[in-house]
Amino acid sequence: MSLIQNSAQNNTVVFEKVFKTYQMGEVLIPALKNISINIPKQKFTMILGPSGSGKTTLLNLIGCLDQQTSGRIEVCGSDVSRLTDDEISEFRAKNIAFIFQNFNLIPVLSAYENIEYPLILLGMNPSERRERTLSMLSSVGLVDHANHRPNQLSGGQKQRVAIARALVKQPGLVLADEPTANLDSKTGASIIELMHNIQEKFGATFVFSTHDPQLISHAEQTFRICDGEILNETTASKGGSQ
Amino acid sequence: MKQLQIAARNIFRNVRRSVMTISAIMVGAIAILLFGEFFMQIIRGLQTNFVIQSGHISIFKTGYFDFGSGNPGAYGIKNYEEVLATITNDFELKPLINVATPTINLFGIAGNFEVEASKTFFGKGLIPVDFNKMSKWDEHNLKYGDVRKPSVMSSVDETHGIVGVGLAKILGLCEKLKLKKCSQIPAKSKKAEANLSARNFGDLGKEDLVNEKVAIEPEKPRLDLLAATASGAPNVVSFFVDEASQQGVKEYDDAFVGMNFKLAQQLLFGRSEKQATGVVLQLNHTDDMDKVRIRLNSIFKEKNWDLEVRDLLELQPFYKQAVGMFTSIFSFIAVIMAVIVLFTVVNTMTMSVMERTNEIGTLRAIGVKRKGITEQFVLEGSILGMIGASLGIILGSIIGTMVNHSGFMWLPPGQAEAIPLRVLTTGVSGIIFSIWLGLVIMATVAAWIPARRASKMKVVDALGHI
Repeated sequence: MSLIQNSAQNNTVVFEKVFKTYQMGEVLIPALKNISINIPKQKFTMILGPSGSGKTTLLNLIGCLDQQTSGRIEVCGSDVSRLTDDEISEFRAKNIAFIFQNFNLIPVLSAYENIEYPLILLGMNPSERRERTLSMLSSVGLVDHANHRPNQLSGGQKQRVAIARALVKQPGLVLADEPTANLDSKTGASIIELMHNIQEKFGATFVFSTHDPQLISHAEQTFRICDGEILNETTASKGGSQ
Repeated sequence: MKQLQIAARNIFRNVRRSVMTISAIMVGAIAILLFGEFFMQIIRGLQTNFVIQSGHISIFKTGYFDFGSGNPGAYGIKNYEEVLATITNDFELKPLINVATPTINLFGIAGNFEVEASKTFFGKGLIPVDFNKMSKWDEHNLKYGDVRKPSVMSSVDETHGIVGVGLAKILGLCEKLKLKKCSQIPAKSKKAEANLSARNFGDLGKEDLVNEKVAIEPEKPRLDLLAATASGAPNVVSFFVDEASQQGVKEYDDAFVGMNFKLAQQLLFGRSEKQATGVVLQLNHTDDMDKVRIRLNSIFKEKNWDLEVRDLLELQPFYKQAVGMFTSIFSFIAVIMAVIVLFTVVNTMTMSVMERTNEIGTLRAIGVKRKGITEQFVLEGSILGMIGASLGIILGSIIGTMVNHSGFMWLPPGQAEAIPLRVLTTGVSGIIFSIWLGLVIMATVAAWIPARRASKMKVVDALGHI
């Protein structure tokens, strides 16, 4: 049994010697260099680093949105590099949820419909969909805004909808790419708190990237990344670093 | 269902662009519909004229169609009455036939010696009752009879008949027939007047002259008709013109003489055995031509009759040419419109894909497959096509109805007189559905091109697109 198979039992994400290189014309740009990390199940994990450090690339690989140049990646127990595009889409639909910096809500759908949409992809029956969607709307405190379109919501409200959309299908892994970057500090703090509370409630593995060191106190595990390399890994008890 | 809902909402995200796209499809639908209905009207008008003139199917003695016009008498059908009886009593043919009638086609010279005028004519010997019934044929409900009174042949007197308006003008019958808008023939010289009696056809070919019983009727203008009999001798009959009627095609109108079948028999066959040069069948429905033709050939083979069957397309080659020409023009216009729709929808959907690249990335990240993205945009293109085509069909139908009630007159190709400008609005559900479906398919195909590109985007690139 390999190392990756052993570690996969306790970890949602396992990276083993992962490289990612982009080609810009004739120039090769290394985005990630020899990354080997384990992200434990049901933890609130933060990837911290400055702009251009490789946070988003790392999240994209974890979220199966992109493929590594070399190395092995296992997400939720599956070696995703072996899956076809359709299989990866199905895998994402079932196991992975995203919370984006720009919220990325579907503008023609109401808050309710945005939250409901991932459940439709899973083929859930309408009554269960409705129950779960209303429950999520309630969890993020937006029941009164159920019929509002994204352009009728504030930044914080949009992000709450995005969080509800991510968690409604009860995924194994939630990835948040700088979820507070487009919010003021107060709203940002409340969003992080909300994410934390929901993560505890649903027991999902949360991975979020940020360049804001002040948010480190919210993380149970932190990876510092710079120039495509993991500088250090910190495991903290709830509410502070160890 | 959600996909349909999203597609419908996306269409109205950029209202101006969607309205422009729908307008382009709508204009395409209107143009194709109106052109199609207009061409259909022309084609059906031509068909109606030709069917009234010569029926759907003619039965000739073998060889008549190719060589008979040189000597029609030589290709007479001796047993035409038996042929007619067989056809009209056939259980399969009977319900399909409106009129079955013997006919004689002949050529000769018509003279009006009062004005010293003569002209070669094309004569048709017809049974008046049958001719009058044939004149009322209107399968396509064009109602030309409302604006153009059908000709009526007298069945009382065998010597009476009708001529084309063109021939009436040429032979100086305008005044006597009280024709409107009829230019008078130039006045004859006194010298010519003096020689008039000497040049009367009545002095010619006395061998087969059989019109002794014809009484001169002063009220109706008289023509002398000269033709060669089956034996080659010249023969003359007197013919009284009851009325002049438009025959549609000018060349035909300038030569047409519609005479009683018996008079035509006298002229063409003289004292010899009376025959017919053809048997004309006018069917209730044009679509039955092939069925009738097959049945007739089967009967003739069974009876061992030396007869040939010719249908409308062979009898009236102009009709076939006109159908071909209009079909080509219509196809060309339809292709042009389809290409315009194609480019418009491609442009719209390409813009939409560009604007929604980030959204495509989001949907893919959530778990929508490539196929789902393609379907989303294709559905939007289809909806645009459906809305545009439906509105176009509705508006086109309204315009068509307005045109039909406008009272505008026009002179279609091959016609001798102006008829109301109309487009065919009845019995065109097949065309309407084809146009609607064609445009929707075109819009769908047009949307598929950018949709496919959208679905092939890399998720990270799409998400990173601003």
